[in-house]
Amino acid sequence: MLNYFARRLLTMVITLVVISALVFIIIQLPPGDYLTTQIAELESQGEMVDREKIEHLRQQYGLDRPPIEQYWDWVTGLVRGDLGFSFEHNLPVSDVVGDRLLLSLVLNFSTILFIYIVAFPIGVYSATHQYSWSDHGLTLLGFLGLATPNFLLALILMYLANVWFGTSVGSMMAEEFIGQPWTWGKAVSVAEHLAVPVFVIGTSGTAGMIRRLRANLLDELQKQYVVTGRAKGLPRGRLLVKYPLRMSLNPFIADIGSMLPQVVSGSVIVSAVMSLETTGPMLLTALQSQDTFLAGSFLMFLAMLTVIGMFLSDVLLALLDPRIRLGGGAGR
Amino acid sequence: MNGPDRLEHFVSAAPFDVYETEALTPEQERYFMASQWRMMWWRLKKHKLAVFSGLVLLASYLAVAFVEILVPYNLHTRDADHIYAPPQRVHLFHQGEFRGPFVYGLVFELDLETLRRVYHEDTEDVQPLRFFCTGDPYSFWGLIDSDKHLVCPAEGGTLYLLGTDRLGRDMASRLIYGGRISLTVGLIGITLSFLLGITIGGVAGYFGGWIDNAVQRIIEVLRSLPELPLWMALSAALPVTWSPILVYFGITLILALLDWPGLARAVRSKLLALREEDFCQAARLMGAPPSRIIGRHLLPNFMSHLIASATLSIPSMILAETALSFLGLGLRPPITSWGVLLTEAQNIEAVTLYPWLLMPMVPVVITVLAFNFLGDGLRDAADPYAH
Repeated sequence: MLNYFARRLLTMVITLVVISALVFIIIQLPPGDYLTTQIAELESQGEMVDREKIEHLRQQYGLDRPPIEQYWDWVTGLVRGDLGFSFEHNLPVSDVVGDRLLLSLVLNFSTILFIYIVAFPIGVYSATHQYSWSDHGLTLLGFLGLATPNFLLALILMYLANVWFGTSVGSMMAEEFIGQPWTWGKAVSVAEHLAVPVFVIGTSGTAGMIRRLRANLLDELQKQYVVTGRAKGLPRGRLLVKYPLRMSLNPFIADIGSMLPQVVSGSVIVSAVMSLETTGPMLLTALQSQDTFLAGSFLMFLAMLTVIGMFLSDVLLALLDPRIRLGGGAGR
Repeated sequence: MNGPDRLEHFVSAAPFDVYETEALTPEQERYFMASQWRMMWWRLKKHKLAVFSGLVLLASYLAVAFVEILVPYNLHTRDADHIYAPPQRVHLFHQGEFRGPFVYGLVFELDLETLRRVYHEDTEDVQPLRFFCTGDPYSFWGLIDSDKHLVCPAEGGTLYLLGTDRLGRDMASRLIYGGRISLTVGLIGITLSFLLGITIGGVAGYFGGWIDNAVQRIIEVLRSLPELPLWMALSAALPVTWSPILVYFGITLILALLDWPGLARAVRSKLLALREEDFCQAARLMGAPPSRIIGRHLLPNFMSHLIASATLSIPSMILAETALSFLGLGLRPPITSWGVLLTEAQNIEAVTLYPWLLMPMVPVVITVLAFNFLGDGLRDAADPYAH
């Protein structure tokens, strides 16, 4: 087990290093840097730009040095917890993001939780009532959930909220708490405002999870041991819970790998549409204004969310499933 | 013994065929001799929903191919007198009298309290539709200049089946024009990702060893990344100076760049299993180069599976393009896709007043559903020898 854990940890670190390089390359892709765009903009407005000041800034942020050195500085900074400097806001990135990272974390975590809580009973119900009207209805709903892109769902909900209640649903907390330090009241307010975005982001994931759970459980229910158990007179509920349900629970944990990137992607666009106080909208503006370090930190944070989440799910899976633990992961 | 009721010895003169019982009826023969693709088609036909979805998609692609002729207005035709006009309903009867398809004219009024544009149907103003008529001049596929349309508004009248936007442009016409971009983004994107996936997955699966290992690691890293933020970052990196058509191809390339790992993984696992088969060994002994073995002997074996999974991944591309354009990072006007059309719906106040701005959602959802159903059907039909 310890061996597996160590190997998995090593892969995760290597993955993160590769991703950091990838992210750095991507954010450096646009020609020029923030200062050149800024200068061009100022000059187009007819303002004089102080060359010396620009040179000074460029030196200060290390923009004149070779990319490898910049990358090294950025990565070592990240490890130390120094996220770099946001040009657009003229502040260190860590000051700009505030509790956005935490809120993103809360949002994504609640979404995963929501998916589990909703998918589990519905999936079990669908499988045990196969081909009943309710099963068909739920399947249809699931298909619609899969096909409706979450940002469109967000738009529809915002529209309906506006028409019916005359309020806007786009926020993570009541207005008086924005930018305030964390208090109990703020936490409660955040929890209250979570419902809509969590529902919007979680829909497609839930639909997918229900389909997989249903298929898995159906496979298990047709196996011989279930027939044997029933023939021996085990009560239905007990028979279901004791073996087939446990067997079909594997995807709940194994699927975190494919679900996390999806949820994180969804949370970014939904937050951007609903202008939630998470990483989404700020990542968007940072990308548009070429605010290199801000965008880079956000991208890195989002990638880290999924990679670490997958690491945890793999470890959890190994704890639960001796086949993976003993096989050393060679089965994959 | 030689009684009268003894049967006369009978020998049939017809030629005797020992295999007669094993002979096939023409029906059976047709079935057993059918090619793999024909059998796939038979199985797909049983999947009613898949066939229906396929027809819907076929119709949509035909529609966007001939959009210039099909729709009454051009992509950029503005009508300053009908800004935010509501959808007009097509009627057949005017005061109980059959008049053929027509619409009632719109009367504009500004609500002075809310400053909202209000339109009323003028039930006296009957505007019959014209068919096979002359309307806005256009250039078909940028090649042939013409001004013939399938349907046009009455002379001096209007025909806004889905309303108009803030510049008074017909939503219905723009929607179908938008489909031309949105639907092809998916096709071109999947073609690129298909090529990438087959090549990379094929090389990894066939050669194995360290190449396979390296490719596997790359795939794992790419799959662990949240796609959308990366797509956003990449499309933000496209130079602003690029021409619209370059941006279009840039976006499709970006979509393909993150999509191939799934296909590559499928190709690889299939190849790993198949390359140990005897026919593959035989081809190798006869001196066929790897490219021929992969392309001629291995790929056709699971082409049907690949096509099914490709169909299933087109929706995510269409959705990604819509999302990117909606956020303002993807395509930009004058290129018009469904995502670009939806940017108009970003202002939720405008949507509350003029809900038809949300219309571009409908084709997006329909297309995505159709591709999903068709892909499901294809996947079930992909292995016709399973039964």
